[in-house]
Parts: sequence; structure tokens; C-alpha cells
Amino acid sequence: MTLEIRPAENSLPHVALFATCLVNAMRPAVGFAALALLEQAGCRVDVPQAQTCCGQPALNSGDTEGTRQIARRNIEMLEPFDHVVVPSGSCAATIRLHYPELLAQDPAWAARARNLAARTHELLSYLADIRGWLPEGISLEASATYHDSCSGLRELGVKAQPRKLLAAVKDLTLRKLEGEETCCGFGGTFCVKYPAISNAIVDEKAVAVEASGAALLLGGDLGCLLNMAGKLHRRGADVRAFHAAEILAGMGDAPAIGEIP
Amino acid sequence: MSHTPDFNTRVAAALANPTLKVAIERTTGTARTKRAAAMAAWPEFPAARALGRDIKDHVIENLAHYLVEFEKNAVAAGTKVHWARSGEEACQIVVDICRKAKAKSVTRAKSMLGEEIGLPHALEAAGLERVETDLAEHIIQLAGDPPSHIVWPALHKTREQVAELFRAHHRDPGAMATVEAMVASARRQLREKFMAADVGISGANFLIADTGAVCTVTNEGNAELTTTPPRIHIVTAGIEKLVPSTAHAMAMLRLLVRSATGAELTQYTTFHNGPKRAEDRDGPDEFHVVLVDAGRTRMLNEGLAEMLRCIRCGACLNHCVVYRQIGGHAYGATYPGPMGSVLTPVLDGLEQAQDLPRACTLNGQCQEVCPVAIPLPTLLRGWREKSWQRGFEPATVRWALVLWRFMAMRPRLYEFAGNLGLRIMPLFSRGGWISRMPMAGGWTAHRDMPSPSGGTFLAQYRRRFKK
Repeated sequence: MTLEIRPAENSLPHVALFATCLVNAMRPAVGFAALALLEQAGCRVDVPQAQTCCGQPALNSGDTEGTRQIARRNIEMLEPFDHVVVPSGSCAATIRLHYPELLAQDPAWAARARNLAARTHELLSYLADIRGWLPEGISLEASATYHDSCSGLRELGVKAQPRKLLAAVKDLTLRKLEGEETCCGFGGTFCVKYPAISNAIVDEKAVAVEASGAALLLGGDLGCLLNMAGKLHRRGADVRAFHAAEILAGMGDAPAIGEIP
Repeated sequence: MSHTPDFNTRVAAALANPTLKVAIERTTGTARTKRAAAMAAWPEFPAARALGRDIKDHVIENLAHYLVEFEKNAVAAGTKVHWARSGEEACQIVVDICRKAKAKSVTRAKSMLGEEIGLPHALEAAGLERVETDLAEHIIQLAGDPPSHIVWPALHKTREQVAELFRAHHRDPGAMATVEAMVASARRQLREKFMAADVGISGANFLIADTGAVCTVTNEGNAELTTTPPRIHIVTAGIEKLVPSTAHAMAMLRLLVRSATGAELTQYTTFHNGPKRAEDRDGPDEFHVVLVDAGRTRMLNEGLAEMLRCIRCGACLNHCVVYRQIGGHAYGATYPGPMGSVLTPVLDGLEQAQDLPRACTLNGQCQEVCPVAIPLPTLLRGWREKSWQRGFEPATVRWALVLWRFMAMRPRLYEFAGNLGLRIMPLFSRGGWISRMPMAGGWTAHRDMPSPSGGTFLAQYRRRFKK
């Protein structure tokens, strides 16, 4: 009988990267950045191939029973891992806060939902708080401004972590965004259900981003970034938008959102 | 619904009005700045907020006890206490009191409950002269508008528009060159009405159970002139306004005023308790309190008890990105903004008000600034759930979501559909961006969409790691 001895490997947390629908479809680079960062931070990372969506569109549209079905499916898929890491505050919050609420009255699932919730994290706060990781040897000569996406900020307390991580990127200067904690008007399905209101909100945000004078717009949620980048482009502004994970992974010289490779 | 334009029509009208945007931003911007300064100078806010929440929750859980205690103490002070199940009942009680007193003229201090139950209309329908004495209410009475904010009802009017209105309606408007001159003109206009009124009607910020007193806060002193000179003073108040004692009212006042205006106290904080006594130099001969349910006890049974904490400070409106764009009138209801979007389905029915809980990004800033920690996004989600169950969601949205959920439960189908979409989207791309695409008009009408390339993350991951 031979014993497989892999002490170093086994002591690493086994992390499931839950990429989110938008990253999966619209910006795979964020997924690869997250993968690289988690490995640098000492994680053994898997990308479960059966992953689809966290259920947020159903949750916010009032389809509670539909969300429960998706939640049970995701719990089953993700609970074998030590941690679940999500490069989005709102998708992470759906698993971390809303799954336990949705399944609280379900004796077969309540404890499983709570257990998974406690082990699910937004990417940037996971790197900074749980892994105590900081980027090393990454530099980007640019000015950037940061938008705090609402779910990450208010549901998960993501505020200091991205700034702390970005401060460790050499030659990157962070400029204050006026109204950085004000919603950009994305709101998931809100932006297509009430496009005129969403447009008025994101227009104000784009004006603030332009006024910051920064060359780059960074954030931790792709939905908000697509909304703001799309508006900035329509306005003819030359601000380039990235997910913060891309910058931290040294991918800041790659095409920004909407740029052709 | 048939005679009022629908939500999206009202929104379009509001968004097309640049003056409205200026007016909203002037007032809410100042309110946000002042509130932020007040909170920065008040490190005890989190503890005060938890206390305020607990006081309200305690009263709501023991509502019957405190209502009876309030009535007992109010009656002992000489107050006549009336109970109204509905808004119509409350209006009828007020009109009956006025008729019995052979009143001709009624002055009114600002009260959102009065607006909620339709009291202004009921008074006029009964042939009474109604004089709104709050400066902002006076403005909107002249303009024939409903209130557009619960603290600043005339917020939708710029000072330039107000000057125009006063010039057209005031007896002796003067030059209207400054805000002071405009206030002076309103004062001249209103002073004799105050003194001539038969009945004064006010609302209540707090009903104090252990004394039977009614507390009002104002900045103009108009409530005092509304409630003191007339023969009769009538208070209409929602039953959720109860607090156990004066000390509890003080704890709530600290939260209310700072959250509303950033000040520590309003200019006037008045406690009304019973009619004029023998030794008093002034005061009304009769003092009536009308306690109004109008859906409040129903809220207790419909998972909306937390909404009964609301002290009507307006902070959630001032910080709401949607309210700040569309203003109060677009909501088509007495109470606009986040708190209104929770209350209006109770008052007007969910079917009519279904857009309001949906027209929200769930960004959570309203809950963050709420001085009694009402979980407004959770309550709005609750209405969305009821809307979904009752089938109010537009059919196209509903079927799109059902189809999407069906695929989200089936990873292979989900990825197949995703990849199909990703192959189609670049056909509409120019220079990396899509500015028009079928079925994406909601997005591309106002902003561009980056064109995806290279397939899904999952597919690229499999290729890269040969799994």
C-alpha cells in the first residue's frame, strides 16, 4: 500500500470559483484574474463546470420559489469546497445573506444554507481579510477611481479591502470619485425594466467619473461596470473600465471593457 | 387608474423637466449635506438608532395597551378622543366636528396623515374654507399641486416659480426680490386667516401615552398659530405615532430632526395637552384627537410591522437615486420615495401600485440612513414576491425569467444558450461596442454594450486547462 503524501497541497483551502453569469458571458478575463489571484493567495482553486447563476434575477423579481430551487442546486454543487469565492458583491451576498433567509423554514436545507453562506466570500474581501494577501511586484502607471457597488458595500462591508489591495499596486494613483457610494443605476433587471430612470442615474455617475479626471474606472461588480462603461462610451468619454481583480492580477495592460483585443 | 397616466408616463414627464431636477437637487442636496454633518458630529447615532428602533417596536408590539393608556390620559386632560378605522371615517369625524361648531374657516398645519386620508378635499367638499398655513403647503395650495415630499411638500417648485406664484395670488406681493420678501408676503397673506379661523387642524409627530399629550415639531410656528387661536383644535394622527412617555418622545426627536434637516431641534417643539384650562390665557375651547388606523393594523398582519416604525423624516427620499431623478409626483401617491413605495401598496392596493416596489435598484442606502433601521429593501422585495405570486409582472418579463430559470437549473442548456448568444452578439458590434441590438433596447437606448469575444469563461477555462 502506498500513501500519497501531499501535506502542502492538503493544507491549502480548496476554493470553488463561482464566476457569475456576467463574468462567464461578458468578461472571462475577470474569471482568469480571480483564478490567478486565488492561487497566488495560496488556494487550491476549482471552477465547478456545472455552475450557472446565483439566482439573483429571480430573487429580485419576486420569484422566491424559483430562487429556492436554484439555491438548493447551488448549495449541493458548492458545499464540498472549503470556501466559495465570487468576483461580485451582489452575487456573493445572494449566497451569503439571502440563501439562509430563503431556506430558513426548510428543515432539510436551512443548516446547509447557513453553512455554505458562512464559507462564501466576495473576492476582494476574501483576498484581503481571509487570506491576508497583498499584490507583490505589480505595477501600473495610471490614475484610477473606484466605485463602491452597493451590495458589496452595504450587505458585505466591502469598502476598505479593494483600496488596500490597489494601494499595493506600484505607480497606481487612486482618485476620489464624488458620490462613490451612490448607486450607478444598474440594479440588475432594474436597468432594463425602467431604462429611463436607470439612464438618468448612470448619466450622473458618468459625469462624476469624468470629473474625477482618472484614466481608469475600477470596481468589484461587473454589472455596475458594464453599466458605467457603456454610458461613458456612449458619452464619448475615454475612461477605461476594469474589474479591480484584473488590475491586481497584472492584467491592466490588456484591453479594457469594450476594447478590441 | 384610467384617468391618471401610468407610472412610466409620469416618469417620462418628470425626466423631461430640467427645472424639476434643479429643484429636487437644491433641497435634497442640502438635506444630505446637513444630515451628514449632523451625523459626523453625533458618534452616539448607532446607539440612538437602535434605541429608536426598539422604542417603536415595543410600542407596535403593545399597541392596544398604549392606545388605551393614551385615551385614558387624554380624556383626563379634557381631550375628546375619536377612533377612525379608515380615512373616510376620520374625515367624516373631522367634518362633523366642524359642522357642529358651525365653522366657516379652517386652518391646517402640515400633516401627511391629512394628505393620506384626503382631508383637504373632504373639508372643501363640506363647504369649508381651507387655509394651509405651512409655507410650503401654502405654495402648493396656490399652485393646486399635491405634495411632492413628506418634509418639503413644495420641493418641486424653485424659488423663482414660487415668486411667480405669489405675485399672481398674493394681495400685496411687493418686489419678491429675496426669499425674506417672499416669506413676508406669505406672512401678510396668512396672518388674518390665522386669527379668523374657527377650527385649527394639525397632525402629530408623537402621541404620548402616559400624559395624553400630542407633540408637533415645526420650523415656522404656523402649527402654534393654527392650534391656539381657533375655538377648536383637531389632531388627526396615525396610531403608530404612539410613544410610552415624554422621555421616549425626546429620544425619537433627536433622531427625527437630525435625519430630516440636520438640525438638533426644530424651531418649535410643542406639546398640546387638552383644551384651554381656567387658568390658561389662551388655547382652544375644545381639543379633539382622531386616532386613525387606515391600514395600519392590517400592516401588522402582512409582514409590514417594521414599516410602522417610520417617523416620516424623509431621509430615505433625500438619499434615493430614483426619487432624486423623478421627484415625488411621479410616484402618483401620497408618500413618495422608498418609504412610500412600501406604504402605497397598502393604501392604494398592490395592483395599482405594483411599479413602485419594482422601480428600485435595491441599493440599500435608504435602509442605511433610516433613523429607525427599517429594512426597506427587504420590504420592497416582499411586495415584489406578492406581485409575482399574483401574476402582476408583465407577461414578457415573466416568461423571460421563467425560461431563464429553467435553463439555470440545467447547466448544459444554460451554456449552450449562452454560447449561442455570444455568437450572435458580435454581429451587431462596431469597434467592440454594440449600440443597437434587437431585444436589448432597454440597455442600448441609453448606453453601449461591450461586445463579448472568445466564448464563455467556462469554455475558455476548459480549453486552457484541457479539462
